Amino acid sequence: MTLNAFLFQVLNGLSSASGLFLIAAGLSLIFGVTRIVNLAHGSLYMLGTYIAYSFATKLGGAFGFWGGILATALIVGVIGALIEVVLLRRIYRAPELFQLLATFALVLVINDAALWLWGPSDLLGPRAPGFRGAIEVLGRRLPSYDLLLIVIGPLVLLLLHVILARTRFGRLVRAATQDREMVGALGVNQAILFTSVFALGAALAGLGGALQIAREPANLAMDLTALGDAFVVVVVGGMGSIPGAYLAAVIIAEVKALCVGIGVVDFGFVTINFSKFTLVAEFLVMAIVLIARPYGLLGKAQAAVRSIAEPEEPIRPATPLLKALGVAIFALLLCLPLLAQGSPYLLVLGIDVLIAVIFAASLHFIMGPGGMHSFGHAAYFGLGAYGAALLAKWLGVPFGIALVAAPLLALAGALLFGWFAVRLSGVYLAMLTLAFAQIVWAAVFQWEGFTGGSNGVIGVWPPPPFDRSWVFFLLTLIIAAAAVLLLRRFLFAPFGYAMRAGRDSTLRAEAIGIDVKRVHWLGFAIAGCVCGVAGGLFAFAKGSISPETIHINRSIDGLVMVLLGGVQTLTGPIVGASVFAMLQDTVMRQTEYWRALMGAIILVLVLAFPQGIAGAIGSLWRKLGGRA
Amino acid sequence: MTQPMLAVENLSAWYGAARILYDLNFEVGRGEVVALMGRNGAGKSTTMKTIMGLIAQRQGKVAFNGADISRLEPYEIARSGLGFTPEDRRIFSDLTVMENLDIGRQPARSFPDGQPAPLWTPERLFALFPNLAEMPNRPGGRMSGGEQQMLTVARTLMGNPLLVLLDEPSEGVAPLIVEQMANTIIELKKEGLSILLSEQNIQFAQLVSDRVYVLEKGQIRWQGTMTQLSASPDIQRTYLTV
Repeated sequence: MTLNAFLFQVLNGLSSASGLFLIAAGLSLIFGVTRIVNLAHGSLYMLGTYIAYSFATKLGGAFGFWGGILATALIVGVIGALIEVVLLRRIYRAPELFQLLATFALVLVINDAALWLWGPSDLLGPRAPGFRGAIEVLGRRLPSYDLLLIVIGPLVLLLLHVILARTRFGRLVRAATQDREMVGALGVNQAILFTSVFALGAALAGLGGALQIAREPANLAMDLTALGDAFVVVVVGGMGSIPGAYLAAVIIAEVKALCVGIGVVDFGFVTINFSKFTLVAEFLVMAIVLIARPYGLLGKAQAAVRSIAEPEEPIRPATPLLKALGVAIFALLLCLPLLAQGSPYLLVLGIDVLIAVIFAASLHFIMGPGGMHSFGHAAYFGLGAYGAALLAKWLGVPFGIALVAAPLLALAGALLFGWFAVRLSGVYLAMLTLAFAQIVWAAVFQWEGFTGGSNGVIGVWPPPPFDRSWVFFLLTLIIAAAAVLLLRRFLFAPFGYAMRAGRDSTLRAEAIGIDVKRVHWLGFAIAGCVCGVAGGLFAFAKGSISPETIHINRSIDGLVMVLLGGVQTLTGPIVGASVFAMLQDTVMRQTEYWRALMGAIILVLVLAFPQGIAGAIGSLWRKLGGRA
Repeated sequence: MTQPMLAVENLSAWYGAARILYDLNFEVGRGEVVALMGRNGAGKSTTMKTIMGLIAQRQGKVAFNGADISRLEPYEIARSGLGFTPEDRRIFSDLTVMENLDIGRQPARSFPDGQPAPLWTPERLFALFPNLAEMPNRPGGRMSGGEQQMLTVARTLMGNPLLVLLDEPSEGVAPLIVEQMANTIIELKKEGLSILLSEQNIQFAQLVSDRVYVLEKGQIRWQGTMTQLSASPDIQRTYLTV
């Protein structure tokens, strides 16, 4: 690559950085003040692109385009305010993760709303009036619109800086980012502050999305892609730091642009196509930054959030009644093959549910008792699934050995990733786990020769007698029961006490001689290992796997299952996984708009049961006097 | 008897399953400085936070100027004229002294009988705390403990309160600052403010308080005038000395 080509790519990177910055700045502001990680932020960005497209094509002309972009920012800001007032305000006192669940439900609802309003095809907006041409830079033609974007990023940065430094609103935002409870005790109505911050953040996302119409088509996959990018930027820059967000946006956009610019390089012994590394590159940057600077480039150690939520209840051993219920359900499930003779589909559904139970129980193990909120649990599912499938496909390894190898591979991955992850906490840990999961996903997706790329691995069927669904169902049932009991056993062993002690107070736990990092690392590894079992079973149950099965969606599904059931109980993940898997199955077949329906159901559940389903049943039970 | 400014009836509070306060009853009259005394962990700070609405699990009635404020949000309680300076000061460390003061700013306020409450401006507060006047643009995080203590009081006064909940202003600051704090409280009393002071230092409380409630294990064990407490070494020994 010549120097000119290099500099040209740098310019290209700068223009992409502006869009990244706009969405990340909003996310960062919202998190700083409300402590809500707004998973729907990418959806607001996507709405921005769609709404601006409609303005530009329906009104047309310079007014439709430029006026439309500004109007879009306002409209998305209003949507953000509505979301805060109608939904989030009701759940500020709920556990942090519950708020995540609610915002994820919004992702589903908004995605289907966009599908309904704008249809499934990609929509490319008109070119920007006044900026249709290109400018000769370094012997190449750079669209003048890109130059405009290069300028807009720093302009917005400057504007935000002035607002935060010079206005009372800005001072309140900074004060609330540090100690919102004290701000309230000084007479500031937090509700209004929160709503306006949410509206501002949403408007920034809307503006960022709207500005993209002349560059890339509006499409329904933008929400999660933009969300992932925004997360990476915010975490690399440092939560709550606006200049950090810009710096990180530039670094990541540049790394991506350079990967594209370098293209295919022949090293003699191996040819590497760097443009394929764009997916991995940003997550690698994030992993490196987080390991070197755990709070991001310009971030500070987060002050302990003064939580107004209830402290964590101790987990209770199962009551005799609950144990009896468990045995009864297990017995009933053992008989399911007999009961379901008329409807073979029931067994397939049963296998799905049981695999989901193993997946959710293993995630709960680190989320609940471990306090480590993994956003990338799909990685270990994927290592198990691909490990088993590839061993069977390439080496012809027998079914039994492949099933045993799956958790071992996942264990190896979890030991490696976990070693880094347990050095962080909170949102940073969540993001790092997400980064690792994305790396696994990207490796699978891009290493076509070995993993089959986007086609995946097909024809992974278990040998007789396991090819009959009732036998496979029973096998899955026994493994699932064993996995759940094993995890419980860990939790009620001294190891489990140490893990919970480390969650509740790292300092105190270390003072009594517990090596918290090591305990959490082992916990992480155990969870990954058990999750690998679920992956292995999944590959053989479906007969095929593709990168889709280990996408970020699966990690989020896991979170939803655990939260739906309730983090604070051990039955939670079992109930949550069952309800979720069955809902997904039944709802998906009912309507084209299953995401919206799913989202609506989650929202209702979140608002009705802030402790999760199992938690709510437990409270009700104790209220009715069943405490003894 | 005229209506007390702050009347607390059967106030209880819990952290999770642990009960911290047991049916407290006490009053603060207009223009009075009342000390809430007791050892570490007796429940003094929790009492103040509970009055301020910062403890979610609470029961009982808190009447301020006759109006029940026990179910209000903290910001509504602050806006009714109750100022709170927390024991751990909770200065916004990224904000400068002036900015910290600005966060506390509220409109002018009057007592129920129409008499205007003292109106505070940064200039008046700088006169009250000359140390702060020397560092209007210093970030809160780069101030000494004593300076932060002054700033937290000044920040609360910016809300023009009628009554201030002052949580352990003498804790962890230099003797010179303790003396200055005592003078400040006397000054505020002269301005007509009521103060509920939480304190474990009897020497400090003797300088400024009219009446005393003694707390132990979340219960009021003794009440009386400061003069009575000064004259009862046995009460002091039972509930206060370490």
